[in-house]
Amino acid sequence: MKLAGKQTWVFEHDIYIQETGTAVGPLEAEGPLRESFDIAHDDLYCGERTWELAERRLMQEAIDVCLQKGSISFDDIDLFLAGDLLNQNVTANYVARTIPAPFLCMFGACSTSMQTAAVGAALIDGGFARTVLAATSSHNATAERQFRYPTELGVQKPKTATFTVTGAGAVVIGRKRGRWRIAAATIGKVIDAGTANPFDMGSAMAPAAASTIEQHFIDLGVSPADYDLIVTGDLSRVGSVIVRQMLAESGYDVTDNYNDCGLMIYRPDQNVFAGGSGCACCAVVTYGHLLKEMERGALQKIFVVATGALLSPTMMQQKQSIPAIAHGVVIEAVKEGQ
Amino acid sequence: MMDYVVAFIVGGALCAIAQLVMDIGKFSQMHVMGLFVATGVFLGISGIYDRLIAVAGAGAVLPISGFGYFLAKGVLAQNEVNGWLAIGSGMFQFAGAILSFAVVLSFFTALLCKPKG
Repeated sequence: MKLAGKQTWVFEHDIYIQETGTAVGPLEAEGPLRESFDIAHDDLYCGERTWELAERRLMQEAIDVCLQKGSISFDDIDLFLAGDLLNQNVTANYVARTIPAPFLCMFGACSTSMQTAAVGAALIDGGFARTVLAATSSHNATAERQFRYPTELGVQKPKTATFTVTGAGAVVIGRKRGRWRIAAATIGKVIDAGTANPFDMGSAMAPAAASTIEQHFIDLGVSPADYDLIVTGDLSRVGSVIVRQMLAESGYDVTDNYNDCGLMIYRPDQNVFAGGSGCACCAVVTYGHLLKEMERGALQKIFVVATGALLSPTMMQQKQSIPAIAHGVVIEAVKEGQ
Repeated sequence: MMDYVVAFIVGGALCAIAQLVMDIGKFSQMHVMGLFVATGVFLGISGIYDRLIAVAGAGAVLPISGFGYFLAKGVLAQNEVNGWLAIGSGMFQFAGAILSFAVVLSFFTALLCKPKG
């Protein structure tokens, strides 16, 4: 049985992340992790005419650089999994036109990175694919007009608001031995904490993250100390405090080994309110920065929990609350000769 | 010189009230805008806004409540000729210029500028 407990998949075969690719916008390239990214643009348009085209280009570039770095050809890819934040997942669907592989579009809001990685690993473990390409993207300006207000309107934001990361991340997952192993994944339940403020996604998503992390510990009978790092996707300064508190109340102490991708990607003085968010936040920090840290030997085993707020502007206008979800993936560094 | 100072203080005070309504009252930007236009209309009808403009000039005209005032003023001006119909026909007598100006200016701004974020 590959299902451990209620929500955790433990993969029978060794499934590896073979290569990663990341592309980011100007503000991310100025941040503390600039050295970690493969491609950095100094213009938010990324050489395109519109924001949406810029986001599509980022995803395309992340995929291209990933395949190029790993010397992987499109013929090796058995399945392409991707998703983003725009209506009808247009970034993923349009990029898929150029990928000669079967395609499943996925939506998990900002949890898409780990959602695609987990499903990709499961499909490989089940024998439905040998090699899976997974990608996700977000763009600050496309997300602003999709979920908030057009930036030209100049609407003031509270300090609890998050700043959507401009970027894209891609990974190739397969059975061939690589530098990182995907050991397990915990699929989250939708949790609605009852908040309805789209300018405070951290509070909306923290209970979902806590639920997935707790369930992971219960399902596998492990404790926070078994991980070098437990990292959430985009809970920001507001949500990361809440999730820490909720885990402490359930008896899990993550004081020393918890962080949030939204806090790592920008410097505090970059005017990003409570921190970074968006599909790309967890994707570029994990695929760009964290995996490099593992390669370097600074981290051995990490649990990446990508968090998603499953709202739509229409539901917000109808005063509905925000459902949230979090999916976690356990990644282990593969040592030489192991 | 004193006119500038008064205009600055009154205009600033109106904006400060709007900011407080937004921060303390938890109203959205759109609600505050609507609230100020409606308040401008009421103060315009009751003649209070006329007195405010007499004191503060542009300080009272420029904030969005001034737009409400001009809506009301247009209706009042046509009231004697058109009666109740003035609500429809007079509303944009003065405010129309503000709207047209905004539309034309937006058009040229869109032609000349590209959003940066």
